[in-house]
Amino acid sequence: MTHHNKNWKEIAPAGVCSKSSIGFLTGDWKTYTPVRDPEKCTRCVLCVIFCPDGAIKWHPEKNDIEFDYNFCKGCGICANQCPTNAITMRLEQESK
Amino acid sequence: MQKTVKQEMTALAGDQAVAYAVKQSDVDVVAAYPITPQTIIVEKFSEYVADGEVETEFVCVESEHSAMAASIAASATGARAFTATASAGLALMHEMLFVASGCRTPVVMAVANRALSAPLNIHGDHSDSMAQRDSGWIQLYAENSQEAYDSIIQAFRIAENLDVLLPVMVGLDGFTLSHTLENVETLPEEAVKEFVGVRKFPNVLTHNGKTAPFKLDPANPMTMGPIALQNYYFEFKRQQEEGMEHAVNVIQEVNNEYAKISGRSYGNGLVEKYCLEDAEVAAICLGSTAGTMKTVVDDLRQEGIKAGLLRLRTFRPLPVEEIRSALANVKALAVMDKCMSFGGNGGPVFHEFRHLFYDAAKRPYIVNYIYGLGGRDTSPRELRSIYETLQGILQTGCVEKPIQYLGLRG
Repeated sequence: MTHHNKNWKEIAPAGVCSKSSIGFLTGDWKTYTPVRDPEKCTRCVLCVIFCPDGAIKWHPEKNDIEFDYNFCKGCGICANQCPTNAITMRLEQESK
Repeated sequence: MQKTVKQEMTALAGDQAVAYAVKQSDVDVVAAYPITPQTIIVEKFSEYVADGEVETEFVCVESEHSAMAASIAASATGARAFTATASAGLALMHEMLFVASGCRTPVVMAVANRALSAPLNIHGDHSDSMAQRDSGWIQLYAENSQEAYDSIIQAFRIAENLDVLLPVMVGLDGFTLSHTLENVETLPEEAVKEFVGVRKFPNVLTHNGKTAPFKLDPANPMTMGPIALQNYYFEFKRQQEEGMEHAVNVIQEVNNEYAKISGRSYGNGLVEKYCLEDAEVAAICLGSTAGTMKTVVDDLRQEGIKAGLLRLRTFRPLPVEEIRSALANVKALAVMDKCMSFGGNGGPVFHEFRHLFYDAAKRPYIVNYIYGLGGRDTSPRELRSIYETLQGILQTGCVEKPIQYLGLRG
């Protein structure tokens, strides 16, 4: 995210955030990326519940889950929880 | 001239005077942990709470670190917060003092100044608050219990001023003031409430693009003091310095305004000049020592010696211009330090005075006196010897020992 750095007279006191953190794409921190096999996935949504970053969404209209790789930090909790081993963690470069 | 309000003369020790001032100042939250010689403040205030005399939320915390954390949090929500401590308690708060000033939370704290261990000592010196010099807090030092009472009330106004928004600590010498009964004139509660007023808040731009009052409020969510790295931290520190610069004027305004209702003022709020107009030799001190020093100056004046005293009431922000102009004609100065800066070539107050005369047109001779550590009594005779030394320096034109220990054996 690029923006102009303000001077000390322009900023709010005490480090009050003047921008939302949504613009910071923390997904680029990850080394491993979860990749799902839709054949094995039973849509049990345990991964959605366990994801500490809310980076897996459940879409009822599609009856399916979706990874938000902009915010997934690659912790692997989803893969660890998946009862059918449908999620595998792959190195970033391999998954592309 | 506005008429002062009717006051009540009460016998109060310094700690009780502080507790009474807090009781009258419409304080929302008090979070404190008892430590000698501050204990009476907490004890007395908790009685006010238990007896339903105040509506203050009293938080019994498990340490001074928590006391400061709770005070900061309360203040961040917009509450008026107060705490009190001394010595090791203040040292334990050290980390959180920077959070209070960095978060611009106008917490007010009384410090019953006491020595630090080891060896264990419960008596008065300035080692505790001097060690917090660079924590971003405004520091006022009271000469007597009356001033402790008055300064606490003033401190809320200073801290909460929108151009300042910095925490304030008011120092009162342990035991010498904290535990000594004095006559204290107290204002009626309504007068104090009117003087301190209701907290105001600047408007700030928050992360959701809205402008909201600078306080934690679920209706207007905001994040205070989260993280600022290489690209912003420096800017926030510069803002704090701006608050300190504004405090120089605000402390004087509050001192003047308080004089209108109470009839009492302490110099210009920053420094108090005593017989300085034509003084050739002068001493500088903080806190209760000034009381003894004034009688010594009176005696010397009767003998025709041009002696004077400058009491530094405000140590942070250091009132540089006011000190320079007050001492412009003094030829020899003794700077009193009730604190050591080990290996520092003199005490902390001495360092400041020497530095602010570096680029003055006329530089006086300056001697440092370290005295009263661990509550060691300092007699009028000893204080008189300081002026005699200064006169000797004027005769010889040479400072033989720039750093001296007053009242030390050997």
